[in-house]
Amino acid sequence: MTGRSSTDKAEADTLGRRSRPAGRRRGPTAGRTRSWRDSPLRRITPWLFLAAPLALLITFTYVPVASMISYSFTDWDGVSPDREYVGFDNYVRIFTRPEFFRVFFVSGYYLAASVVQIAVALYFAVILSFNLRFRSFFKGILFFPYLINGVAIGFVFLYFFQDGGTLDSVLAWLGVTSDHPWLGDPTSANVSLAGVSVWRFTGLNFVLFLGAIQSIPGELYEAAELDGAGKWKQFRHIIAPSIKPVISLSAILAISGSLSVFEIPYIMTGGATGTQTFVIQTIKLAFQFNKTGLASAAAVVLLLIILLITWIQRRLVPDDKVDLV
Amino acid sequence: MGNTKTTALSGAVLAAVMLALSACGGGGGGATGEVAAPPSDPKEVSGEIKVLTQRTDLVQNGTLQKYAAEFNKIYPKVKVKFDGITDYEGEVKIRMNTNAYGDVLLIPGAVAKSDYPKFFAPLGTTAELSKYRFSDKAEVDGKVYGIAQFGTANGFVYNKKLWKRAGVTAWPKTPDEFLAGLKAVKEKTGATPYYTNFKDGWPMVQWTSNLGVVGCDAQASNALAGPVSPWKAGGELNTIDTLLYDIVKQGLSEKDPTTTNWETSKAFLGGGEIATMMLGSWSITQMQDAAKKAGGTPEDIGFMPFPIQKDGKHCAGLVSDYQQAVSVHSHNKPAARAWVDWFTEKSGFAEKEGVVSAVKSAPMPATLKEFVDNDVRFFDRSEAKTAAVNDIDEAAEIGLNKPDYRQKLIDTARGAAKGSLEDFFADLDKRWDEAAKTVGS
Repeated sequence: MTGRSSTDKAEADTLGRRSRPAGRRRGPTAGRTRSWRDSPLRRITPWLFLAAPLALLITFTYVPVASMISYSFTDWDGVSPDREYVGFDNYVRIFTRPEFFRVFFVSGYYLAASVVQIAVALYFAVILSFNLRFRSFFKGILFFPYLINGVAIGFVFLYFFQDGGTLDSVLAWLGVTSDHPWLGDPTSANVSLAGVSVWRFTGLNFVLFLGAIQSIPGELYEAAELDGAGKWKQFRHIIAPSIKPVISLSAILAISGSLSVFEIPYIMTGGATGTQTFVIQTIKLAFQFNKTGLASAAAVVLLLIILLITWIQRRLVPDDKVDLV
Repeated sequence: MGNTKTTALSGAVLAAVMLALSACGGGGGGATGEVAAPPSDPKEVSGEIKVLTQRTDLVQNGTLQKYAAEFNKIYPKVKVKFDGITDYEGEVKIRMNTNAYGDVLLIPGAVAKSDYPKFFAPLGTTAELSKYRFSDKAEVDGKVYGIAQFGTANGFVYNKKLWKRAGVTAWPKTPDEFLAGLKAVKEKTGATPYYTNFKDGWPMVQWTSNLGVVGCDAQASNALAGPVSPWKAGGELNTIDTLLYDIVKQGLSEKDPTTTNWETSKAFLGGGEIATMMLGSWSITQMQDAAKKAGGTPEDIGFMPFPIQKDGKHCAGLVSDYQQAVSVHSHNKPAARAWVDWFTEKSGFAEKEGVVSAVKSAPMPATLKEFVDNDVRFFDRSEAKTAAVNDIDEAAEIGLNKPDYRQKLIDTARGAAKGSLEDFFADLDKRWDEAAKTVGS
């Protein structure tokens, strides 16, 4: 309650000050008695605090995006001091070459993997939200992969999938003699890479779910238990509905993430053997074939696709208020 | 899969850096067209120059500083600083949006030849620089903008012991003999006959350097400038890529190409687990080192030319490595030029690295002794139309000097990608010819 009243007071103060014809009643000498609250600096204080993040946001997000969009209308090769305006030429080229979009099939593997990922993360989040032995330890283990740099993960799993590498040796211990080049053909390569992706990002989903679950008041479980509800019913009727917004957020992240997969396949296979994704293709256009203009247009198209999908998803699954009590 | 955030962020940072750099561009620096002439008096020339290099290893172990010390004995007032760049192509390309990209640099492949005068100071006319090999590669309107660091011959680095145990002592004269040799290696020694380096990719680019070897043709690269279907039957690239295809198709390459590793491959070749790799002659000294470390001797490493003969002789094309250039914005052009000349002619770098000196009169290096002894015919491959060829290559998105299309070739050969070799070549030809028409128009 205390927090509430202090905000009210602050609001009243602001209102009071605004309604008062400031400055007229006080003479020019009143400056000495002025408190900090009336100083003109106070008005710009929030802007001072915002200056740093805004400057960073503008320099590192909006300006680059704006210049990327402007490159997408030119034929720039990335080095030359001259670039020519070509209008929508680059966009026309992208949409008249269907092979540019064929790589989205690869995203299907990652999309399927993210269903698994969300399910696994949800399962562990629910289990570990109850009192269990070594609870924190397991939480740590599950979250750990997300903390590792993506490049390092790529290299680690390159050894893992190597011929006679970790995976093959473990399988040999288990008595399965596998002689399968894991990254050797498109299907198994994509499944392997998507598996790495699940390994890496489950922790993030897990933490999101866990946080949401822990905000559910404990009395609800007690009441449910008294009414004779088992764990499954508690999950269905208490946990699932109350973390719905987080699940829908995870789904959005999963879809946009699947469309723009980059690090893991780029480091592990470089897009060879049918593992090329849209972002890898764009990078290659820009930095291998020096078509910076065309690549920028491709990046803009990807951005628009992701925005569109997110928008459709928000329309289909509106962000309901969760009201448990 | 919440990696959108990281990619978006890193993309934004990269873009912002590029923007910040491009904002610094324009104005200042030297005048375009001013020749970076060699200084007349070594004692007088002064200033500090920054030399960009991709050989980070030589910067770190102090080798280049030793060269600089030698250089200072003749040019006492010039201070040489080195900047070793790991991702040379990618990074220098972005740096070149500014004026301060170093005084001496290696011309990145991404710079269009017509832009050379905007970035580099001319070093002299074609006639003035005729004592150097490969100067046509960096020639624009009769002026030369770069001098090759060195040249290399191309061929197969191989483990002599393994090939001997397989019973092959003479160099194969045809692709079929070569394949039979690899098969013998596989059967009799159990070693991996050929290693593609598929994962790292760039070693596969070396196959392109064989251009010209098939017909002993110094103009082979220039001949690609146009809608000429480079992969048609009998064409140079057809012969070259068919050999790679057959090696993989017949199971003579490593079992899982997707997880290869360049650094370990050197030790494998020296230690006798791998028999053969297609590389430039620059790799011989590295392989000899690796052989020593793996418990062998440098004599285990051999170098054989591409298995094809013209008029009863093997051929080896000499191809230029990076070309050194002087920045048009350099404030110490005479000093920079002095370094380029000294490094090319007097440093002894080419001899030490076992590569072909860019100076025409210099003798062949010891690493190519076998080639010289066996009467291999050397020719300097002309690079006069390389710029036009690169334009077509980029427009077609094939990448003669990029690993991608050969990775696809290998995937096709081992059945990981659909299609036949004929379809694959037909597709490449189609893309090449279409691109040649649009670029030419």
